[in-house]
Amino acid sequence: MKKVQLVKLAHARSGDKGDTANVGVIALKPEYYPILVKELTEERVKAHFGRNVKGKVERFEMPNIGALNFLLHNALGGGGTLTLKHDAQGKVVSANILRMYIDVPDELEVES
Amino acid sequence: MKKMIRIASGQGYWGDRWDAPIDQVREGEVDYLVMDYLAEVTMSIMQKQKSRDPNLGYAKDFVPLMEKLLPLLVEKNVTLITNAGGVNPVGCMLAVRAIAEKMNFTGLKIAAVYGDDILDQLDSLIASGNPLKNMETGEDLSTVRSRVSSANVYFGARPVVEALEQGAQVIVTGRVTDTGISLAPMIHEFGWDWRDWDKLATGVVGGHINECGAQASGGNFFAGWKEVPNMERIGFPIVEAYADGHLVVTKHESLGGVVSVRSVKEQLVYELGNPKEYITPDCVADFSSIRLEQEGPDRVRVFDVKGTPDTPFYKVSISYFDGYTSIGQLTYTWPDALQKAQKADEIIRKRLEYLGVSFDDIHTEFLGYNACGGDTAPPIEDPNEVVLHIGVRGHNFRDMTTFSKEVIPLVLTGPPTVTGFGGGRPKVREVIAYWPALLKKETVEPKVLTIEVI
Repeated sequence: MKKVQLVKLAHARSGDKGDTANVGVIALKPEYYPILVKELTEERVKAHFGRNVKGKVERFEMPNIGALNFLLHNALGGGGTLTLKHDAQGKVVSANILRMYIDVPDELEVES
Repeated sequence: MKKMIRIASGQGYWGDRWDAPIDQVREGEVDYLVMDYLAEVTMSIMQKQKSRDPNLGYAKDFVPLMEKLLPLLVEKNVTLITNAGGVNPVGCMLAVRAIAEKMNFTGLKIAAVYGDDILDQLDSLIASGNPLKNMETGEDLSTVRSRVSSANVYFGARPVVEALEQGAQVIVTGRVTDTGISLAPMIHEFGWDWRDWDKLATGVVGGHINECGAQASGGNFFAGWKEVPNMERIGFPIVEAYADGHLVVTKHESLGGVVSVRSVKEQLVYELGNPKEYITPDCVADFSSIRLEQEGPDRVRVFDVKGTPDTPFYKVSISYFDGYTSIGQLTYTWPDALQKAQKADEIIRKRLEYLGVSFDDIHTEFLGYNACGGDTAPPIEDPNEVVLHIGVRGHNFRDMTTFSKEVIPLVLTGPPTVTGFGGGRPKVREVIAYWPALLKKETVEPKVLTIEVI
């Protein structure tokens, strides 16, 4: 196995619903999707975000478009108009999740 | 009956690129133009404007836009559907009529969709057994009732279809869902059954693709922003809807932007909850059923969408006053930019303690260092500059103004090499908080009023 940063395997978009941020992580190639399903568990994503996410992390699978949708609860400092955070609407959570490093098989071809 | 209609997105939110709707009508063939104006906080601002002047309460800059747009709509026979009506759709309709009369568009039909504004009915609704509990906290609305500043039901496509059936070419609505304004023309043109859940869900997906403007056609595009052509005149998405229940997402060739499977996927996951339960007033769409295929340059086919019946409830968006926030910023530079910003943060917090003021929350971030990334951002050595971002939230206005006076004095009293204080004291802003609730559908009835320009 080798470690690869998620940004090489996926693209993403994030947004808000109240104090919950959502981030969709989309495999850049169909063969990457099963790896994302295996490696991007709710626990690992929660650990990656550390104190950024005060509540639980929920994951939903979308094999139809090769994507995982995560809900990060209590992640926006109260959300909406209450928040004091610079990223009030979770717009850049997409970039933050793609900083993760995950295990992939050695033979997997990844563009650098 | 038509086999295909083109529904163009003209605006993703109030404040989006102002000339995009004009380009959408001028630069090629479209049948409908849809424009989204409303966010939760917008309704509250509009209620305030309406309370000062009963003729106001809608998106004011929609009216000067219509002076440019209306002649194009008439010339090219394009129907406009927009929720610019805010909390006064009838007032907005009359303002549009005044323009149409001035331009002599005799025979033009303009409709208002309203009945969504339940602010005046809240007490009777609560009294008759609708507690309007907060969907997130479970609390009864009565706990914040005296501070409520707006309350609107989200209607779906139904009343918009009614307006289309009355022959309206311009439809201004109150709180109709962003997806409903794109779904309505499909139902109207193709005669889809209100229980054909898969087709309705397809229309909802089309609405979701249109509702954020260029976000589906190369704007805010993570996977390919460097290659997006002509972003200064980015083409907003156009949804070609087919009577058989599939869509093609595209854009005008003469404009910039890109429509690819990747750009559409990014929009599909935007603000998505459980993909199997995308709830709208008209149906529940299953986003895990959607299939996509690139069928040509800037053409993505959307098909196989599944849907299930609608729920017995309308969603209600209620806003209420919930205290104040104030955020101040100061920019510190090399050497030791981060340490200087951290010292300034420490000084402000000590001053607030010394002055005996208190807040519900004090929050500090360092822009240029970790503000956006938080715990996911790796530390960086010796940044060139760091912006201290410190905010407070509270209910005591006097304490808030005390905070507002404590930021810019740091320029002369705190660590050196500080700048970026040109905005003066941080503003104290009212917090308009959002209260999501549900209401049984039979409790409220949408209303449609269509008038003809004479």
